[in-house]
Amino acid sequence: MFNPQILNMIGWGILETLYMTLISTIMAYLFGLPLGIALVVTDQGGIYPMKHLNTVLGTIINLLRSVPFLILLILVFPITQFVTGTTIGPNATVVPLVIGAAPFIARLVESSLKEVDKGIIEAAESMGASPIKIIYKVMIPEARPSLIIGSAIAVTTILSYSAMAGIVAGGGLGDIAIRYGLYRYQTDIMLVTVIMLVIIVQVLQEIGMRLAKIGDKRK
Amino acid sequence: MDGENTIIKIENLTKTFMGAQGEFAALDSVNLEIKQGEIFGVIGMSGAGKSTLVRCINFLEKPTQGTVYFNGKDISLCTKKELYALRRSMGMIFQQFNLLMQSSVLNNVCFPLTIAGVDKSTARGRAKELLSMVGISEKADAYPSQLSGGQSQRVAIARALATNPQVLLCDEATSALDPATTRGVLALLKDINKRLGITIVVITHEMRVIQEICDRVAIMDDSKIAEVGFVKDIFTKPKTKAARRLILPEDRPMGGMPGKRCCRIVFDGNSTYEPILAGMILDFRMPVSILFADMENIEGKAFGQMIIQLPENEEVADKMIEYLHLKGLTAEEVFGYV
Repeated sequence: MFNPQILNMIGWGILETLYMTLISTIMAYLFGLPLGIALVVTDQGGIYPMKHLNTVLGTIINLLRSVPFLILLILVFPITQFVTGTTIGPNATVVPLVIGAAPFIARLVESSLKEVDKGIIEAAESMGASPIKIIYKVMIPEARPSLIIGSAIAVTTILSYSAMAGIVAGGGLGDIAIRYGLYRYQTDIMLVTVIMLVIIVQVLQEIGMRLAKIGDKRK
Repeated sequence: MDGENTIIKIENLTKTFMGAQGEFAALDSVNLEIKQGEIFGVIGMSGAGKSTLVRCINFLEKPTQGTVYFNGKDISLCTKKELYALRRSMGMIFQQFNLLMQSSVLNNVCFPLTIAGVDKSTARGRAKELLSMVGISEKADAYPSQLSGGQSQRVAIARALATNPQVLLCDEATSALDPATTRGVLALLKDINKRLGITIVVITHEMRVIQEICDRVAIMDDSKIAEVGFVKDIFTKPKTKAARRLILPEDRPMGGMPGKRCCRIVFDGNSTYEPILAGMILDFRMPVSILFADMENIEGKAFGQMIIQLPENEEVADKMIEYLHLKGLTAEEVFGYV
C-alpha cells in the first residue's frame, strides 16, 4: 500500500506544508511585527501614547482573531482569488494564513515587548533616545529571547492552520490526510501524515527554544 | 562648591496626576535653585514627591505648571530634538540600575554614545576610559546579570557620564545596596563631583546618604519643600517638623525611665573620638541613658548623632548640657521624645 507513488505524494505534502508555513510566517511577521510594536508604543503607558489609534488597532485585531480559522479560510476566498488567481493549492492557502496569523503574531509581539523592564526604557529616555531608537535599540534587543519563543509558537500554530486548509484543497499534509483518511477511509496514510506533522512541530519548536536560549544573556 | 552660578532653577513647579480618587498633586509649587558644582540632596519619605521632582528636571515627567530652567533656558520651550540633546547633558542613575540585560557592560556604556551618533570605535574607546575610571575595567565583556549590585551601579554611573553631562541625577541610587557598597558608590560620586566638577542631584530617603556627600539639602514633605539649607545647619538645627522626623530615629523607646528631658548630641566631625560622655558621667556621678546612637568613625572623627536621657534633677540636667557645649559638641534639648 505504501507504493512509491504514495511515498512521493507524502514527500511532496511535507514540502508543500513547509513551504506554506514558512512563507506565511514570514509574511505574517511583516504585518504582525509592526502591528505589535504599534500596540505597545501607542499604549497609554507607552513611549508614544496615541489613545485612539491604539483602540482602533486593538479592535481590528480582536475582530480578526475572533473568526475561527476554518470560517476565515472561506470568508477570504474573494481576496485569495484576487491575489493568487485561485482558491486551491498551497499558494492560495498562504493568503488566509497570513490574514489569520498576523493579528495573532501582533499579540505575541505585544506581550513580548511588554515584558521589557519599564526602568530600562526610562533610562534610555533619560539619555535622549528618540522613540524610534528606543524601539529598535532597546525594546527589540531586550525582548529578543521572548520574541524568538513567540515565533516558535507562531510557526507551529500556522502549521496547524495550514493543515486545516486541507478541507478546501489547500495542499500539503493536511490535504492528504483529509482526502485519504476522511474520504477514502485509508487511515494508515492519514496516520503517517499526522506523524509527519507531529515531527515537524517538534523540530520547529525545539529549534525556536534553543535559539532563544543561546541568545539570552540573562542567566 | 566652586561657582555660585545657578545651573538648575525650578520655579513654582506643580505636577498633578490623575489617580483613582481624582486629581492628586505629586509636586505643589516647588521652588529650588541648584548651584553649579554642588552636590544637592533631596530627602523625603516615600511618596513625598522627590522622584517626580527629579523627573521634572530632565522632563521625563512634564510639569503641569511652573518652569524648570537649565543654564537659564526654559526647558518647556525646547523642541523635541533640543530636549534629546539637553538630556544628554544630564546623566541619570536609578535604584534598579536599569542596565540593558542583553548587552555587555562595554556596550551598555557605549549605548548613550551610539544614540548620540558617535562612531563605534570612538565610543568604545571612551567607554573603556569610563569603565577604568569607575574601577571595573575587567568586567567590560561581562553581562549585567553577572554583576553585583555595586558593580551594576558603577556601570550605570559610567554610562550616565558617557556623554559628558553637566549634571548627574541620582534617583535613590544606593537604596538597593548594602551599607558597605553604598559607601563605595557615594565615595565614587563625590570623587566624580570633585574631579569633573559635575553637579550632582541626589534623591534619597536616607539621611546618612545626605550627610555623607551632600553640600546642601532640600527636605520634601507632602509634595512641598519644607526646608532648604546647608546639610550641617539642617542636621544640627532642623527647623521644621518634617526635617526633625527625617533626622530623629523612627522607633522610640517606650516609657518606664526616670526623667523626661532628653538631649540630642550631634557629632559633625569637629569632635574627635574622645570619651566625652563617659567623662561627663564620671564628673557628675550621675547616670544617663543612651536612647539612640548612630555613630560612625570616619578617619578618626566622629560623625552622627546620639540621644541621651538626662537625670531628673533639673539643675544637673542643665549643667550637663552646658558641659557638652563646653566640650565643643552641638547639643540641644529635644522635647517629647520619650
